[in-house]
Amino acid sequence: MKKASLSSVYVRNEYPLAVKNITIAIQQARELGILGDDILGSWFDFDVRINRGGGTFVCGESTALMASLEGKPGEPRAKYIHTSEKGLWDKPSNLNNVETWANVPIIINKGSAWFSSIGTDSSKGTKVFSLVGKINNTGLVEVPMGITLREIIFDIGGGIPGGRKFKAVQTGGPSGGCIPESLLNLPVDYERLTEVGSMMGSGGMIVMDEDNCMVDIARYYINFLQEESCGKCVPCREGLFRLGEILTDITKGRGRMEDIPLIEDISGMMKDASLCGLGTTAPNPVMSTLNYFRDEYIAHIRDGKCPAGVCRELITFIIDADNCTGCGVCLKNCPSGAITGEKKQVHVLDAKKCTKCGICYDSCRFDAVKKE
Amino acid sequence: MSEKNIQRGEMVTITLNGAQVKADPGWSLLEAIRFYGLTIPTLCYDEGLTPYGGCRLCVVEVGSGKRAKLVASCVHPVKEGLEVRTHSNRVLKTRKMILELLIARCPGSKKLQDMASLLELKEVRFRPLNDDCILCGLCVRMCEEQMAAKAIGFAGRGGDRYITTPFDLTSEECRKCGACMYICPACELRCQGPDAETTLCSGCINTEPVCASNFDDAMCFMVPCLSCVKKPEDVK
Repeated sequence: MKKASLSSVYVRNEYPLAVKNITIAIQQARELGILGDDILGSWFDFDVRINRGGGTFVCGESTALMASLEGKPGEPRAKYIHTSEKGLWDKPSNLNNVETWANVPIIINKGSAWFSSIGTDSSKGTKVFSLVGKINNTGLVEVPMGITLREIIFDIGGGIPGGRKFKAVQTGGPSGGCIPESLLNLPVDYERLTEVGSMMGSGGMIVMDEDNCMVDIARYYINFLQEESCGKCVPCREGLFRLGEILTDITKGRGRMEDIPLIEDISGMMKDASLCGLGTTAPNPVMSTLNYFRDEYIAHIRDGKCPAGVCRELITFIIDADNCTGCGVCLKNCPSGAITGEKKQVHVLDAKKCTKCGICYDSCRFDAVKKE
Repeated sequence: MSEKNIQRGEMVTITLNGAQVKADPGWSLLEAIRFYGLTIPTLCYDEGLTPYGGCRLCVVEVGSGKRAKLVASCVHPVKEGLEVRTHSNRVLKTRKMILELLIARCPGSKKLQDMASLLELKEVRFRPLNDDCILCGLCVRMCEEQMAAKAIGFAGRGGDRYITTPFDLTSEECRKCGACMYICPACELRCQGPDAETTLCSGCINTEPVCASNFDDAMCFMVPCLSCVKKPEDVK
């Protein structure tokens, strides 16, 4: 049996803190003699080196990561032969997340029975989530598998700031799906998240409130993924390009009802036929929002309205005469001179001049500027 | 029979559209399927080059029931007991969608148009672009594997991916063999005339008269189809 003698930690160069920390950790391990030649007198040589990624999202995919380690462009290859048989330099390779490795010492010390006692039937142990977005307590949280989304968001995260209403949570990074309020009692594990059209992914958790437009969210993530797709296979490259085009149309008020089945066709094809995990999961943000927030899509297309008041082309600002005190703040701040009115008189907003920047809406202290 | 018991040279049995057939374990699924005379459309595949798995038109359905999935047959190895369906509804629907995306990108490509008629694709629901390249990578592999030149490669990623020479300049590695043009299924590498700044070929420099495309009714001998011949002033 041939023993491995070298391993690599692949870390994105955009995360300098992570690079710094792992450098210190490896240095400390070398000083302690648990890395390097003849570890603890065992005649076993092993070292860890750091590979800094060149800013490519797709290099999180196992075969793309290995191509990148070999110094090739970070593009995935067909995985019908597993990396455990033919991976880095066509040799059998063992690839795991650093998070997984971090669990190993604890399991060795406390035993597998202890570890398995935490979590659900199929997903054991704990998981670290990055809790961000419209939430009071942001940051990294480690929770046992099987905890409900409601507990994470409302008990640990402290709920939504400003007493606003929860709308959705996106889990698993850019290619995860948006989970609606009706599924907040979902126990978080690998299988359940996949069942509802999302995924565990990177452990990202982005909380959204009623001010987020789900079509706009989908458009944002699809555009991100389109930029990060390597472009090797047609479903991912062209599919994301067209999804982005359609979603941009919808958010700009140019959507057609035929676009909805078209989105479903492209997404289904991408999920089935893409080369790697990026392409097969990329439709998640659009498919999950289309499943759970279809009425928002229809409002954009048929009624020409953005219910959350995000899509600029679909909203109009008006001044509510009942609330306006004529304080003049909006008039002073309006960059396009669209607001007119005398002091202490109700102001008027000229929709033709309005660029929909939203400054009046944000600056009004009397809730007199309304979005429609 | 498990995989390990298969001796060198021994054939394995796969189920191809319901029929039990023998296949060489060294074959890809596509090779096996074509050996039995079935037609599978491909754009990024060539027998003499490493399979790429990029165009995904060669997808077939393997497995059964809930575990059935689509795989690219050009890169999927033949395995004992594999159940393959080459023309199931799921496969045909996927191929059609992929082709619809490609033809929206390059509506002028004759190869794609022919394939559309073959797959009965009658409607393209996207705004057409007028690109020439489908990024199948055949020219890149041809240049590297058969011509041993590595004069061209991919640059950029995602929607910005394109094929070019290093630093977008005429490559010193390029021997002007024209193999990239020969293999191109969509006529990406158009003739840009002799001495163009970014020209990939310049093969016509050695001919007399200098460039055949200077004649209205003649086509450059290196270029397989007439649509590839463009005058330098037509090129952006």
